[in-house]
Amino acid sequence: MKLNAKSGREPLFHITKRTDVPKWLAWTIRVGAVVVALLIGAIVTGGLTGGSGFGLFFKDLFLGVFGTPRRILNFFQNTAMMLIIALALAPAFKMKFWNIGAEGQVLMGGLGCVVCIQYLGGKIPEGALIFIMFLVSMAFGVGWTVIPAIFKAQWNTNETLFTLMMNYIAMQLVAVCIYIWVPSGSAVLGVLPYGHFPQIGGYNYILNIILVTVIMAVLFVYFRFSKHGYELTVVGESVNTAKYVGINVKRVIIRTMILSGVLCGFAGLLLVAGTNYTLATDSVQGRGFTAILVAWLGKFNPFLMGGTSLLYVFIDQGSTQTATDLGLGGYYADIITGIFFFLVIACEFFINYKIKFRSFRKKQGDVLPETPVENTEKSAEEVTA
Amino acid sequence: MFLTYLQSSIRLSAVFLFGATGETLTEKSGNLNLGTPGIMCMGGAGCVLGASFYISMVGGVQNASPFGAILTTILMTLIFSLLGGLIYSFITITLRCNQNVTGLALTTFGVGLLSFCGGRVDKTGFSTISDYFTRSFPISADPNWFETLFLSYGMLVYIAIILAIIVAIVIRKTRVGLNLRAVGENPATADAAGVSVTNYKYGATLIGSMIAGLGGLFYIMDQRYGNIEYTIDSFGWLAVALVIFTVWRPNWAILGSILFSMLYLLSSYVGDSSFPAQAAAIKMVPYLVTTVVLVVTSIVSRRESQPPASLGLTYFREER
Repeated sequence: MKLNAKSGREPLFHITKRTDVPKWLAWTIRVGAVVVALLIGAIVTGGLTGGSGFGLFFKDLFLGVFGTPRRILNFFQNTAMMLIIALALAPAFKMKFWNIGAEGQVLMGGLGCVVCIQYLGGKIPEGALIFIMFLVSMAFGVGWTVIPAIFKAQWNTNETLFTLMMNYIAMQLVAVCIYIWVPSGSAVLGVLPYGHFPQIGGYNYILNIILVTVIMAVLFVYFRFSKHGYELTVVGESVNTAKYVGINVKRVIIRTMILSGVLCGFAGLLLVAGTNYTLATDSVQGRGFTAILVAWLGKFNPFLMGGTSLLYVFIDQGSTQTATDLGLGGYYADIITGIFFFLVIACEFFINYKIKFRSFRKKQGDVLPETPVENTEKSAEEVTA
Repeated sequence: MFLTYLQSSIRLSAVFLFGATGETLTEKSGNLNLGTPGIMCMGGAGCVLGASFYISMVGGVQNASPFGAILTTILMTLIFSLLGGLIYSFITITLRCNQNVTGLALTTFGVGLLSFCGGRVDKTGFSTISDYFTRSFPISADPNWFETLFLSYGMLVYIAIILAIIVAIVIRKTRVGLNLRAVGENPATADAAGVSVTNYKYGATLIGSMIAGLGGLFYIMDQRYGNIEYTIDSFGWLAVALVIFTVWRPNWAILGSILFSMLYLLSSYVGDSSFPAQAAAIKMVPYLVTTVVLVVTSIVSRRESQPPASLGLTYFREER
């Protein structure tokens, strides 16, 4: 225990680690953080609009998400899109492979789709086209994850920066392709006529939502019950332990990143064939970065990640609606989601650590004896006893 | 032709250099701040607010004085980037939460803040304030190569280079720098030796954030002549890459940042403008080069070119 040299007093509080926090308390803290984040969001909104925004913030949060059937569908579609990218990242992050290149990996998956549509669209039946798109987009996604994985496994190259750089390479690659495909130089690829996912019940996006839900369940089983899932968790916890128990670390890294790439490519397919029916350099809209936060908040557990995706998209879509209604501009939602993330990340402190305040039984400012450290320790023990 | 290419590259290099110097200082204390792109955006937001606040305070741009305008703008930039650094430091150092996710959240927040502020402030008069920043040394109307290469920039370019040199000297040659490196390499040992880990981490991160924030100010007020540009975060990511590229040495970053901006501007000087696909392909080069350097340094793996050993890890004294 550190003593304040000047006053000779025990510090006001000190921090100890704890691992035994009950589940209910941990979740109460997390929910509390979300509530506080929303309150801060409402207060900031109220402050910017002279008070009227405070109540409107909560109202619009719900109206923006559940106001019309269209918005509800968009809500689930956006959640599915966020979740599939988060799911794609989860195997890598569970292995402590800091992949911040999902933006590029998903974009490459999308590029794979568009390549198929450009060169095969209309020449083969739609079903066959979608099947080929499925394979090619995954191959492209895998290409973009496996290159950094090989270098990481072989030479321990910093994967964070490698994958980051691959994002920009992917964006420029898409830009080059679009310039080639659109000879007019407008750099906008219009809506592609082929390779659309079929509608279910007259609605778009339903297939996306179903597919992502299935993948969520499959990935949960993979993590929880398969040998692969066990191995990648061990590699994430400690590379040395993995080596001692005879896990081939290099193989696990590359294999897991292939899985991650398959899912990223699939996310690209959902983006092009299931959502936008076109591609631009900014099609992923920063989801590759946000998905890291969403996956981390969900503790890389697929079902929890489903929950955090819903929560994130709820706040994002809802605060976008607030910003539109109050004329605050589209980027206002980024500020609100930023605040949300700060609080939810910071609340982990209260779960992992315990703050002990100094005991007030002793009078403050007491002159301490010559061996203060031992003495205070002892008195603390006596108090607890 | 080559002279103007080199000149505009040296000018643009300031945005990379500010970011890289700030990030190097931060990383030397063991904090991997992926929020640097966001902090640069927050610096940009501060500069936009500061400039518009100053103009409205003096009652119109015709009353503006260079000294007041520059002071207010820089001050607001520093305050905003300090704020970004404080958010990051409090969450990662005091609350000991994950550095990477905190940094990413900060980037989201910073990008949002810049776009929000940029969309709402009154931008009239920004070009006048930008003139104060871009004003160079007095050079002749038809400058020779020396004047063009060394004297033709606004004040911020020189500040960037001076700051990089100062930070390099502090890190390599002073006791404070030695302690800082010790904190970044092994905080437990530094702590045992009586170095306050928390103070050093806070100090390095906050000063580093303020330096990085100046990058946002430079980009808006100098490079873009007072037009608000929202893509500062992509420069921030390149600045983070530049830190690795120059193996954590701000003095090397001076040359590295010039190289980066030469690659960045390459597409506007070579290639056929009527064939945009080629220009887009050339824009890939800086990222490819960085990747190659990353791979080469990891294969060679010299002891001098390694990141600080505890980079990205939080320090808790009672943890063993």
